[in-house]
Amino acid sequence: MPNQDAMTREDEGLRLRGARRADRAATIVLGALVAIVCALVAALVFYVLSRGGAKLFDLSFLTGRPQQFKAGGGIGPELFNSFYLLFLTLLISLPLSMGAAIFLTQYAPAGPVTTAVKTAIETLSSLPSIVVGLFGMLVFVLFFGWGFSIISGALALTIFNVPILVRVMQQALEAVPQGRRDSSLALGLTRWETTIHVLIPSAIPAIVTGVVLSAGRVFGEAATLIYTAGQSAPALDFTNVDLTSPTCPWNVFRPAETLAVHIWKINSEGVVPDLAVVSAGSAAVLVACVLVFNILARVLGRALERKVTAA
Amino acid sequence: MTGVCAAFVVALVLSLIVLVASHGLATFTVDGVSFASFVTGTVWNPHASDASGAPYMGALPMICGSFVVTVLSCAMVLPIAIGCAIFVVEIAPRFGERVFRPITEMLAGIPSVVFGLIGLTVLVPVVRGFAGGTGFGILSGSLVLACMVFPTVVALINDAIAAVPRSYREGSYGLGCTRWQTVLHVVLPSAMPGIMTAIVLGMARAFGEALAVQMVIGNAAQMPTSLFTPAATLTSVLTTSMGNEAMGTVYNDALWSLALILLVMSLVFILIVRLIGRAGKVRGNA
Repeated sequence: MPNQDAMTREDEGLRLRGARRADRAATIVLGALVAIVCALVAALVFYVLSRGGAKLFDLSFLTGRPQQFKAGGGIGPELFNSFYLLFLTLLISLPLSMGAAIFLTQYAPAGPVTTAVKTAIETLSSLPSIVVGLFGMLVFVLFFGWGFSIISGALALTIFNVPILVRVMQQALEAVPQGRRDSSLALGLTRWETTIHVLIPSAIPAIVTGVVLSAGRVFGEAATLIYTAGQSAPALDFTNVDLTSPTCPWNVFRPAETLAVHIWKINSEGVVPDLAVVSAGSAAVLVACVLVFNILARVLGRALERKVTAA
Repeated sequence: MTGVCAAFVVALVLSLIVLVASHGLATFTVDGVSFASFVTGTVWNPHASDASGAPYMGALPMICGSFVVTVLSCAMVLPIAIGCAIFVVEIAPRFGERVFRPITEMLAGIPSVVFGLIGLTVLVPVVRGFAGGTGFGILSGSLVLACMVFPTVVALINDAIAAVPRSYREGSYGLGCTRWQTVLHVVLPSAMPGIMTAIVLGMARAFGEALAVQMVIGNAAQMPTSLFTPAATLTSVLTTSMGNEAMGTVYNDALWSLALILLVMSLVFILIVRLIGRAGKVRGNA
């Protein structure tokens, strides 16, 4: 081009220098941005843990009964309810998601059926959790007449959890090398035997990591629960094994406010006198539990990975 | 066997949509509220009736509230997320893998009520300090939401940028471009469909988030006029009112209509993601 020819060496040098300067400036600006973001996140977690940190080791807080109008309430029943709900939710959602994931990776014929299942899971995963909670209220609380109860909450949480689990399991199963499938099928194993003896064992590290991570999300979920598991935590008597009694901890038909719901409720009602202390403590416990889940997911995944690859 | 699980999931989604829709539409079919006045009315007080005896059921304040906090929070997140993703993919990939990713995953794991609590104890006083008023409002809500959608958006943008083929970058470097020129003129344009998907999914998450927003937005169902006055979103009204209104009342039906709007919007967000995906594919083939 004539323009290019006309350009003197000096102009070109200036342009190059400008481009290099812009490059360096961009690197510095972006680096600063990332540093600020990391510092903010660290500060946020530190803030939550430090404000309520003392309560993490306060046994009377962790096991005590909540107080409505007095200071000094604990979170004993809430903490138990959170874990119990998480356990029941996993109990229901694990086999369900496993089945759906195996169907999608192993059996699903390409066509409208698979598309429908995939669309359904995608829809489910993008539903607002409050809508899931309202649906749970409609079906489990009112239609089945179970009232605000653990079972209603666990089923609603299952709806919340299934799309996450299916996605994780599907990815884990699809990541198993094709060669392994082929050799197992070539040995004469059926598709089901291949799945049980070859696919799932090789995919188990990734599945466990995903399940534990999802457990962290379920543990902190509240919007799904306020209208399904309810917002009250009756006192629990751990010596009571009568499954129909409202004070029996294992009774699935009793209302059960979880830790996350507790934080929301006391803050929106605001009648507890030591509100700031209780909510800071509860938030610290909640975040600490979620962090433990995250670390556990990594450690477990890595340990299983080592075991599977060594075997 | 496994087909049953899959079929169950499909049945679940269908029944959810049908049930919420049937309750949500009752406002218009049973209670005789006109759809147009529902989505354009600006007064929300279903307990009271106007001169003609029709209850004040204008959902526009909440619809506006939801859209404003969604758009604002995503507008705050987008430049930061793109910047961070460029840094950790193009400039410092090892740092991204070892430090940045675990940190954003930690942020993603923090429960929404804890975000709400932090908003209540930190953000609201700060906003009150520089803007006056109560500190509750759209700005506080958007800031809390921005923190919450950031990990989702940054992870997806990360994937989108990392998926740009190496050969594109090498071609650009081969022509003598600097790293920044490569990012600006080659990488970002190629990753654009992925970035748009990320932002739409972020918006979907922000639109549906309930408790954290409800805790800091002030819960006043009035048309948002300023960033610093209390407002309401679809989710915040559902959270606060659903427990107080008996099933089958007009007020309750109206709440279900709000839930239906939420549901439809989340379907619309999925549709947009699909369209972006399809457009990206078409362009890739051409």
